[in-house]
Amino acid sequence: MSKMIRTAPTTAFQEMPDDNMIICRCEEITKGEIRRAVYDGFRTTNEVKRWLRCGMGLCQGQTCQRNFQNIIARELGIPVAELGIITGRCPVRPVEIQTFADEVVNAEEA
Amino acid sequence: MRIEQHPIIETYQKGREVSFVFDGQQITGCEGESIAAALHAAGVMTHRYTARQHKPRGIFCAIGRCTDCVMIVNGQPNVRTCITPLEQGMVVQTQYGVQTQEEWEADHE
Amino acid sequence: MKRYEMIIVGAGPAGLSAAIEAAALGMDVAVFDENARPGGQLFKQIHKFFGSKEHHAKERGFRIGEDLLKQAEETGVHVFLNATVMGIYDEKEVMVKMDGQVVHYKADTVIIATGAAENMIPFKGWDTPGVIGAGAAQALMNLQGVMPGKRVLMVGSGNVGLVVSFQLLQAGCEVAAVIDAAPRIGGYGVHASKVARTGVPFMTRHTVVEALGTDRVEGAVIAEVDSHFQPIPGTEKTLDVDTICIAVGLSPMSQLADSAGCQMEFAPRRGGNVPVVDEFGETSVRGVYCAGDVAGIEEASSAMLLGRISAAHAAVSLGYLDQESFDQRVSSYHASLGQLREGMFAPQNRGRTDITQTDEGFAISQSLLAHGYVTEEELKAFPAAATGKKGIHPVIECTQNIPCDPCQDACKFGCIKVGSNITKLPVVDPDHTCSGCGMCVACCSGQAIFLVDETYEPGFATVGIPYEFVPYPEPGSKGTALDRSGAPVCEAEVISCKAARAMDKTALLTMKVPVEFASTARFYQA
Repeated sequence: MSKMIRTAPTTAFQEMPDDNMIICRCEEITKGEIRRAVYDGFRTTNEVKRWLRCGMGLCQGQTCQRNFQNIIARELGIPVAELGIITGRCPVRPVEIQTFADEVVNAEEA
Repeated sequence: MRIEQHPIIETYQKGREVSFVFDGQQITGCEGESIAAALHAAGVMTHRYTARQHKPRGIFCAIGRCTDCVMIVNGQPNVRTCITPLEQGMVVQTQYGVQTQEEWEADHE
Repeated sequence: MKRYEMIIVGAGPAGLSAAIEAAALGMDVAVFDENARPGGQLFKQIHKFFGSKEHHAKERGFRIGEDLLKQAEETGVHVFLNATVMGIYDEKEVMVKMDGQVVHYKADTVIIATGAAENMIPFKGWDTPGVIGAGAAQALMNLQGVMPGKRVLMVGSGNVGLVVSFQLLQAGCEVAAVIDAAPRIGGYGVHASKVARTGVPFMTRHTVVEALGTDRVEGAVIAEVDSHFQPIPGTEKTLDVDTICIAVGLSPMSQLADSAGCQMEFAPRRGGNVPVVDEFGETSVRGVYCAGDVAGIEEASSAMLLGRISAAHAAVSLGYLDQESFDQRVSSYHASLGQLREGMFAPQNRGRTDITQTDEGFAISQSLLAHGYVTEEELKAFPAAATGKKGIHPVIECTQNIPCDPCQDACKFGCIKVGSNITKLPVVDPDHTCSGCGMCVACCSGQAIFLVDETYEPGFATVGIPYEFVPYPEPGSKGTALDRSGAPVCEAEVISCKAARAMDKTALLTMKVPVEFASTARFYQA
């Protein structure tokens, strides 16, 4: 991330009628939980992800990243571009631990 | 419901009629189509119940990305039914969290 | 460790095109795709593509896919299916999950062509079974032969929402409405019009607020939105649907580029987080390219060219192509790409609302943007859509600058002209001869050409329409003619309904209507 984010909510957390709406389908994280996380001090995409696990489920944030970023951005009143993105790292797709145990470094011609 | 006649598509790439078991019930489908398609054609919408809120989920992306359609297939949980081809005699079960209904109910008494 | 001169991630239009380009130049190429079938999303696309001949215009997506696979085989590309690339490391080490193992490969060059994922919008009950992505609807009906639902609400009026709405109708589903939170329809007007004329209502400035039902969708609540896209209380309406289909755009699947260390940027016009690439698709990591939707959302036609450009650049860097041939080849690809990137729907014009005229200076139909059809009054501005001539003649209701020109090659008498700038609106030669063959009707990917004969019989005209539904009505059968909005206007008698082989399943349905409806009757309902 190129820029420090200093913006913080200036008011106290207030519940909203749709706070119980699911945002991260895999981990079943709600809008209210994400909003509250911002007030609890988590301000970037990766911070919120690590705190709540939204984007850490089987789909790896493919469905929810954009939506939970929008919620954070709205609470902070800043553009989504300043929140950073879920770090892309290996494995980018879910994989069983067993598969890693079967690692083949020297593949032959298939 | 299956599409009987289509103005553009002449044939769908699928095989013979096969039977499989869904939650103890015999259902027929076509070999090679996705398990999810066979279930959808048979009117089955719920593939699993979520671990935290115990809510029903079904097909959502149908291309193996969202993982909402996962079920227990031949005893293995978290199988993406939308991209797993149907085979004769498969045993498909609704997934509760990551368990079968019996396991789930035993844990949540 | 097995090493390839080029490893491509993703066997969609960009990846396969890149593979074919490189392999044809003699490179040793491997393509990894996580799916069981190659082709990416092409095999779900049953509509005719836009563009020019070189962009496979008027070919249906799945045919293009078949073509690419054949070429890949002929050029000796190694395509690995059910092979998920999990990460790309330094020195182009590629880690792949296949057959329950993790396998490492090395590459001299890497092309990431992973495409895009669908965006979703959350609303109350959006996790209920029966709420699906537009891609899911396509997969079910076009690949699996299963109807996604009986009655569907389409959320989103971009090209995906419009194309999938039409495909739902073709599959025998009802479409209750197409809604969009934006004040205007996002996709091509011609795609909207072919849906609107069947009677599907369009509702702009509307969003879905709730999916009803617990175990399955039993209805949808929609509401009007204000200028901040927030639902206006009191405007809720309930629609009787069993399926809610979401088509609200795509996001590049660029995680692999991030993991490979490529510099990333947030570019809303390209769809979100994308790698920074040069004009050849090369990222900040030398020899690692991103081609197709992963580097910015566009059409499949563009993706195919972008794949070729990146592959050619990789080939010149490895000495498989000399600089002069490269320059020649790539400048022609760039020119071809440039054609697709012209017009009001071009990437650089995305989100613009200030385009009020076509390049020709005709007023763009406001009704088309709001309701999905052009009014008769608005059509008067477009010479090619004029009726009232003697004998049979084409009426071209093409009112937006879209990169597309198959109509000009369709007529053997050359009565339709677009010219070399393919985003120009077609012009009908006033001194033309029309045989009424219907090739122009079938060739128009936007289904915007009609054949009208106001002098068919005293008091009666015939209207020939593109028809892609089954069963074809029998000659002599009577039904209702609908206007561009899908409203019934008069009784219609079917004269004929047929599709020659060259028409590729777009039939010409000719119906007889009272002459006063020659300029309004645009669809036939049995």
